[in-house]
Amino acid sequence: MRATLFVTCLGDQFFADACADSAELLRSLGVDVDVAMGQTCCGQPAYNAGYWREAMRMARHTVEALADAEYVVVPSGSCAAMLRGGYAELFAPEGGTAVAELAGRTFELAEFIVRVLGVEDVGSGLEGHAVAYHHGCHALRELGSREEPLTLLGNAGAELVEWEAAEECCGFGGLFSAKLPEVSAAMADRKLDTLPGPDIVTSADPGCLLHLSGRAAQRGNGPVFRHVASVLWEAANGSP
Amino acid sequence: MEVRSRDYAARARATLRDEPGVREAVIGATVAFDRHREQAYGEVDADAWRAWASDVKGHALTNLADYLEEAERRLTENGVVVHWAETAADVHSVLEGVAAAHGVRRVVKGKSMLSEELGVNAALQGQGIEVVETDLGEYVIQLFGEPPSHILGPAIHRSLHDIQQLFHRVHGTPLDATPEDLAAAARSALREAFLTAEMGITGGNFLVAETGTLALIENEGNIRLATSVPKVHVALVGIEKVVARWSDLAGMVQLTSRAATGQAVGTFVSMIHGPRRDGEPDGPEAVHVILVDNGRTGMLADESTWEALKCVRCGACLNVCPVYRQTGGHAYGWVYSGPIGAVLAPGLLGLDEGGTLPFASSLCGACTEVCPVRIPLHEMLLTWRRRAVEAGMAPTTERVLMSAYAAAAKRPALFRIGAAGLRLLPSAVRRRLPFLGSWLSVHGALPWSRPSFMRRRKDGPT
Repeated sequence: MRATLFVTCLGDQFFADACADSAELLRSLGVDVDVAMGQTCCGQPAYNAGYWREAMRMARHTVEALADAEYVVVPSGSCAAMLRGGYAELFAPEGGTAVAELAGRTFELAEFIVRVLGVEDVGSGLEGHAVAYHHGCHALRELGSREEPLTLLGNAGAELVEWEAAEECCGFGGLFSAKLPEVSAAMADRKLDTLPGPDIVTSADPGCLLHLSGRAAQRGNGPVFRHVASVLWEAANGSP
Repeated sequence: MEVRSRDYAARARATLRDEPGVREAVIGATVAFDRHREQAYGEVDADAWRAWASDVKGHALTNLADYLEEAERRLTENGVVVHWAETAADVHSVLEGVAAAHGVRRVVKGKSMLSEELGVNAALQGQGIEVVETDLGEYVIQLFGEPPSHILGPAIHRSLHDIQQLFHRVHGTPLDATPEDLAAAARSALREAFLTAEMGITGGNFLVAETGTLALIENEGNIRLATSVPKVHVALVGIEKVVARWSDLAGMVQLTSRAATGQAVGTFVSMIHGPRRDGEPDGPEAVHVILVDNGRTGMLADESTWEALKCVRCGACLNVCPVYRQTGGHAYGWVYSGPIGAVLAPGLLGLDEGGTLPFASSLCGACTEVCPVRIPLHEMLLTWRRRAVEAGMAPTTERVLMSAYAAAAKRPALFRIGAAGLRLLPSAVRRRLPFLGSWLSVHGALPWSRPSFMRRRKDGPT
């Protein structure tokens, strides 16, 4: 089985280790992994800001860059949802089999491991670690993937802590966080204020992690924020 | 009412900066509302109920003209006087006429968001008529001189402390009065108003075409009094409130209650079939229903957003909305706030006036997940954003940057050079860039990976 990583623009720039860890984790599960070198941005920032013409340009480029992939694995629920649902919406007026076909073989990382590979156990290195999982909105509501990351983390021995706001939006929202920074920051603050003090906060989404960790840094407190790919890969290798 | 939704960003910022108590009060109230809703949905097959309710409203809306005419016939047979009003001014003039005919000096009002949309209080006061809000929350904000900040809980942005101080000033209650004491003080003031008012004004949750039934859901009994004690009752009903059949009503009332407050059914459900009949001991001498358009027909013709007219005004989408929770409703600058307000604003007010609000969302989709009539709210927000951009409403800087970004994204080498360039800028310069600067204003420094993942790939296998 061959999987092409779509690392996303934020993953590339801010979560390079997590992108590499995604590749290693998949390889350890017997998947041939490659990276489409022509990839850039899926177009979601434009799409969600109302710039559909620009979003279509980026979508066309991405569809082309991923044309040869058997599976596309994305270490981001949000960008996976864009490839899967957003593109269908964008190209609805003109149809487009390439888009529909790409949607059918695109998965977020944890979703791919559990649903496609059928693997629920990647290691046991999280014994004794309290982990809080932030559900990115698009993984949760667009992809319908709530359990997959929790299954993998739980089976790796993590103590998953109850978090009142675990399924509440962190306030990132792409351009939203730059256009309404105070509201966006207040949303992150609610997430941070309700955190029950875990060792690690993890999530599938670079955008959410960038926002939450950036806000925590600004406030001068907060736990360790890690991408779920890194947490799982380290769990597979011993400990985080 | 005056519309100031274009100022959302400034109003939201000011609320967060100047009134931190609002955020605390609104989060507390909405989290509790949402928890009750979730529990109440869990007691029934909520998905099946929601699909059914969406169909009931969809059916009525797709045959709206027929059902409105049927409703008018049944209402008239029941002895109700029916008025048609296209605009707020039409509503004001109907009210003026009815008030003059009955010698009205004082009006008691049941909670009605439509009356807020239409600016009814100010219009009546302009005629020299005294208006008393009788829903406890509405009464509180009327004393504060504020508009409602939530569809269901108009005063949720106010703390107990705020209300203790207000009532101390107005009613002389002690500064440490309990909520029960405060309610008792309001009750005695309102009882006097009910007994002396000549007219009661309410909204309407549902209007059944088949029977001409006007249904009103409430918890305080003030609507029951406002519709039965004064000699004339006027109901303001948006044309989208019609349902076809009597058999639709029980389910709609129950689902609305579950979505709104988590109750199996509201404490009082009034089903009004006309004025007092001969031999009946109480009830009004006259009942008027004003069927209000105020932009709804235009919205009904819009194939992408007409479904927003299915809204039953339960407030569930506000309660679950993480954006609404930070500021409450006043930041939105219009009577309807939260996700449904942001969808209705451009639909009812036009893109120019209401086109800012669809951007007041992170598009998290929590609203769509809870809506009892399954309005695809976050998809509609996106539709309105696209339309706003296509209409040229976006700022020039944003348009130029977005266009450049899209162009660069088609050329991977250029795209990566752009990112590398951003890394090289001194942070003082980055802080002055559009978008990135405002991001950095509330976040710590950007945690760049050094080198980036694609750069590592280029230099060797990962």
